[in-house]
Amino acid sequence: MPQNINKAVEKVLDAYPAKVMKNRKSHMVIRETEKIQEIDANTRTIPGIITNRGCAYAGCKGVVIGPIIDMVHIVHGPIGCAYYTWGTRRNKGKTREGGQNFLEYSFCTDLGESDIVFGGEKKLIKAIDEAVALFHPKAISISATCPVGLIGDDIHQVAKQATKEYGIPVLSFSCEGYKGVSQSAGHHIANNKLMSEVIGKNEAYEAKAYSINMLGEYNIGGDEWEISRVMNKIGYHVITSMTGNSVYDEIAAAHKADLNIVQCHRSINYIAEMIEKKYGLPWIKVNFIGIASMSKSLRDMAKYFGDEELINRTEQVIAEEIAEIEEDITHYKKMCEGKTAMLFVGGSRAHHYQGLLKELGMETILAGYQFGHRDDYEGRDVIPNIKLDADSRNIEEIKVEKDQDNYQLRISEEKYKQLQEEIPLGNYKGMISEMGDGTVVIDDLNHFETEQFVKALKPDMFGSGIKDKYMVQKMGVYSKQIHSYDYAGPYAGFRGAVNFARDIAAGMNTSAWKYIISPWKKEPIITGKMGVDQVC
Amino acid sequence: MRQVAIYGKGGIGKSTTTQNLTAALAEMGKQVLIVGCDPKADSTRLVLGGMHQRTVLDTLREEGEDIDLDEILKIGYGGIRAVESGGPEPGVGCAGRGIITSINMLEQLGAYTDELDYVFYDVLGDVVCGGFAMPIREGKAEEIYIVASGEMMAMYAANNISKGIQKYANTGGTRLGGIICNSRKVDNELEMLEAFAKELGTQLIHFVPRDNVVQRAEINRKTVIEYLPEEAQADEYRTLARSIDDNKMFVIPKPMTQERLEEILMEFGMLD
Repeated sequence: MPQNINKAVEKVLDAYPAKVMKNRKSHMVIRETEKIQEIDANTRTIPGIITNRGCAYAGCKGVVIGPIIDMVHIVHGPIGCAYYTWGTRRNKGKTREGGQNFLEYSFCTDLGESDIVFGGEKKLIKAIDEAVALFHPKAISISATCPVGLIGDDIHQVAKQATKEYGIPVLSFSCEGYKGVSQSAGHHIANNKLMSEVIGKNEAYEAKAYSINMLGEYNIGGDEWEISRVMNKIGYHVITSMTGNSVYDEIAAAHKADLNIVQCHRSINYIAEMIEKKYGLPWIKVNFIGIASMSKSLRDMAKYFGDEELINRTEQVIAEEIAEIEEDITHYKKMCEGKTAMLFVGGSRAHHYQGLLKELGMETILAGYQFGHRDDYEGRDVIPNIKLDADSRNIEEIKVEKDQDNYQLRISEEKYKQLQEEIPLGNYKGMISEMGDGTVVIDDLNHFETEQFVKALKPDMFGSGIKDKYMVQKMGVYSKQIHSYDYAGPYAGFRGAVNFARDIAAGMNTSAWKYIISPWKKEPIITGKMGVDQVC
Repeated sequence: MRQVAIYGKGGIGKSTTTQNLTAALAEMGKQVLIVGCDPKADSTRLVLGGMHQRTVLDTLREEGEDIDLDEILKIGYGGIRAVESGGPEPGVGCAGRGIITSINMLEQLGAYTDELDYVFYDVLGDVVCGGFAMPIREGKAEEIYIVASGEMMAMYAANNISKGIQKYANTGGTRLGGIICNSRKVDNELEMLEAFAKELGTQLIHFVPRDNVVQRAEINRKTVIEYLPEEAQADEYRTLARSIDDNKMFVIPKPMTQERLEEILMEFGMLD
């Protein structure tokens, strides 16, 4: 396999002009486990390359803010931007008792030509008035799309006025699509505002024992529900997730928890860090995808609390849950055993799914992130060495300070140090360290490279998103959307692992596309006749 | 039909010059349309005898896309047709986009009829963004005149505008027809402007002297041609109109460096 990979990488790079080759080469790593390897990430996509990346607006509204269920999320811009961030990620949410849920609505100012010329603020104010009159929401968000930034609508002033007028929080996000190099910029912008305007505002909330927040979990296909089921069974009390299936008041009470657990490191690590600084509430990196990862994450959490009863209860629940799914997993494993996968997804998922695939007897031969940073690949130790470029500097860094009234160390500094040796407390080791020799890591994989690597490495499964799913499937390779789970889920936790195993076992063994041969492979595409009169 | 754009530094007298010039053309029997491309919508006040009441963009905003040409095209002195693009109040929206929208709208509505001899675009200030360059993009205005004076900043702006013209001249057909001096009575102004125009590769098409009669006509909401047709100043505008009507010199300008511009100022501006 390694030779094969080397050749495939060489072939891909050979096709590029020298400058592009040099750039793309720095975004590829062929894994050698005894070495510390570096990769370039979070840099501008090269013009002309078909990238799968999204924009800052997609990262802010689509990923982080949109899933909050009891807020009216107003998109300030043309209608397309609103439509394409409306539930396409399949972030689900359940209405709380007596609460509200606006996930089924898409709110937009639908800016047209004359709004662009004369400014869109009046329309935005009207949209807020209407939203309040019709829905009486708990809070409102305003997300700016590209043209709003260009014409200079002051959405922050509008938000301030609306807050004053209606007495509800109105959060405004300057998340114009052109900011940053990918959706990652939008995550950061969303994190900043949630931290400065929401978290810590619910003072009345009374936290129970073993309270946690589940950060970077977006309830895609119901993942959060499945994880919370297990958490509740053990005895944890989830104050809020961020932000799948979340409500405003619960996020505002996040500072009352004892521990933050971070699933998607890329999209939420800013908040995790800032909460720790401001409230003394630590975080650990978890992974709920796959049986071993889920079990380990639960054990790490129990270890953090260090409570004998909780530790025993954790073991008991793990045993129960595994017993329940063992048979199914063994069954599907037989259908998946020995197969290979390529994963190109997210800023965390390409890492998270590798363990589950391994449990099903599959190897991940290529993995990459769309919008990951170097720390998502190489681990957080590398953060001090990451050079801040102009694109990153363009995104505001907010500074938080100790909240004198609410700062409280959850564990002693000694205990913290000791635990750091045992569990990923305030740390993430990144994806690369868990990938074996001869596998390949590629950042911002583009369509050309996808095609080349699928041809060369012939994986049995390609896990990615809607933008490259069908192109890969037409090459005869089963493709599974790991962003949205296609139409299925949950895939997280123990029961989720069975769902995933069932879906991919079925997919890989029913590769319908393989039976279709494209017409140009069966018949000539140009036909012609020889001139009969002129035989030479 | 000749499509002409008038550019120049803000406050230099573009609208006054354009309207007096078009009034003189109208006197010569020419059919003229003025398109005001300034959000302030004051480019046609003198030929209409007052502010234009319905701008293209106002109408667009109030009545959606359903606009009738009669509502926005007014007839003024000597049969001059006048439209104003209009635009947002200062500090909001995008005036540049407004110009683009407005000119497209005028084309859609059939404002550019065959019997027209001239269309004049009176464009705000400097070439500040893509929208304000609209009249010289996509081959709309083929000839451009820059209004300038002997003041340093007016020449600086004229040189900057030339850069914009150069850019679009290379891709489209637009050309610089000359510099119009609207005199500010600075030292050695005529010689300085002649040298400046020569350096740009163009000509000083006319030197319009400063005369207070222009101010009096403006107060009365009229061009000099209409208000005091016998005055010498009216003849100056008539000469300008004839020069433009007869003009054969259309060039791609050669904008100069800041250093060269300052050299010209030193050479001509310091009398002692």
